Amino acid sequence: MADTIAQHKNEKRKKQVKRIWFVFWVMAVVTAIEVLLGIYRPESLTIHKLWNMSLLNWIFVGLTVVKAYYITWAFMHMEDEHTGFRRTITWTITFYVCYIMFVFLVEGDYLYEVMHNDIMIWDF
Amino acid sequence: MDASVAKTGTEGNIWGGGQRPMGASYGKLMMWIFLASDSLTFSGFLAAYGMQRFKFLDIWPIADEVFNEVPFLEGVDLPMIFPAFMTFLLIFSSVTMVLAVNAGKYMDRKKVTLYMSLTILGGFIFLGSQAFEWAGFIKGHHGAVQTHGGKIVQVFNTDGERITLRDIALPMGVERETLERHKGTWFSEERPLPTVSIEEVKAGFQADESLLIRLPNYDENDQKIMLSREESLTFMNNEAADVVEGANLKRNEYGPPLFANFFFFITGFHGFHVSIGLLLLIVTFTNVLLGTYERRGSYEMVEKVGLYWHFVDLVWVFVFTFFYLV
Repeated sequence: MADTIAQHKNEKRKKQVKRIWFVFWVMAVVTAIEVLLGIYRPESLTIHKLWNMSLLNWIFVGLTVVKAYYITWAFMHMEDEHTGFRRTITWTITFYVCYIMFVFLVEGDYLYEVMHNDIMIWDF
Repeated sequence: MDASVAKTGTEGNIWGGGQRPMGASYGKLMMWIFLASDSLTFSGFLAAYGMQRFKFLDIWPIADEVFNEVPFLEGVDLPMIFPAFMTFLLIFSSVTMVLAVNAGKYMDRKKVTLYMSLTILGGFIFLGSQAFEWAGFIKGHHGAVQTHGGKIVQVFNTDGERITLRDIALPMGVERETLERHKGTWFSEERPLPTVSIEEVKAGFQADESLLIRLPNYDENDQKIMLSREESLTFMNNEAADVVEGANLKRNEYGPPLFANFFFFITGFHGFHVSIGLLLLIVTFTNVLLGTYERRGSYEMVEKVGLYWHFVDLVWVFVFTFFYLV
């Protein structure tokens, strides 16, 4: 009986370690893609824009979110926590970050417009 | 005795106390709450950065030109390589940390010791890399010309190579000393003088026919605008005011002052977090070596410090994207 429990535990541990290395390789590949795109900056991705930002930048943001997901879910083992716990942390942050990014970036865009289309001359 | 024991009438309910409604210990829960609030601080920084970047969208420097140095390979243009190395370093130290946490769950002290020492090593190498990056950033590489309006323009030759101002300046035989507080009357002072004066750079620029000026603004193809030789000469004679070398909080040779300010504040704040993380790791590591957690019967402290360490990695993932990639 004790033997089977120990064996079971061992198998579980092996599975967890395997998952950790799997996530490591995902992160490594995603980072490698980011770096390669960052060095070569393919023109087809930089000239096309979506909501005033190039496709390349959107890809970078997307890949970053993928990495953030894996760090929180696998490395910080959010996936093993209670649903309520998980939502308390992630929903709060996600909502707040999206909100503040939206507000600040819209404001920054407005300032850009003012500096370029206003009657004041701007030489900075 | 009844008087000294408070009864709330909620005993047995899930929030009545004595239970863990979130399924996590108090310490772990509070570490998460702290990390949540800390991530709001970082997102505040990054949102402010994004806002200023949108504001100066047309004159923002190109990251690949600023962060292109690799240790032991001075002067070679290698964009992205070093920040990518730092990113891999943090990812790897995250992996060793999570392996240590996992080994702790199975009370495997040997593995915890091994993986934690690797994590600490990775953390120190990361801090050293950041120090290298800061040193290069502060010292500067080529120098730039500042206009009367405060704009930063850079000097290139006709082959499109960046020119170091020190190399083209013609010495004029005029030596001027920086006015420091203890030297002048009335305790007046000025900012440190660049190694070459703007007059020397102007003379050198006039003498070499191959030199051109590149504006910080972008053309319609997203390339920085290169002036013709005639335009460059007029620009140099009318607009050039000072030479800027390296970076500080007031001005820098890369672009708008805010570019350097945000670099210093955000990577500095992150580096501060890494330092604190290392401190916590070393304290916990000492306790692992002493067998404290073995006696306590739980390696949860390693897990809590691990959460903090992963958070530092998480922040770096965003800093990497928004400073070096986008």
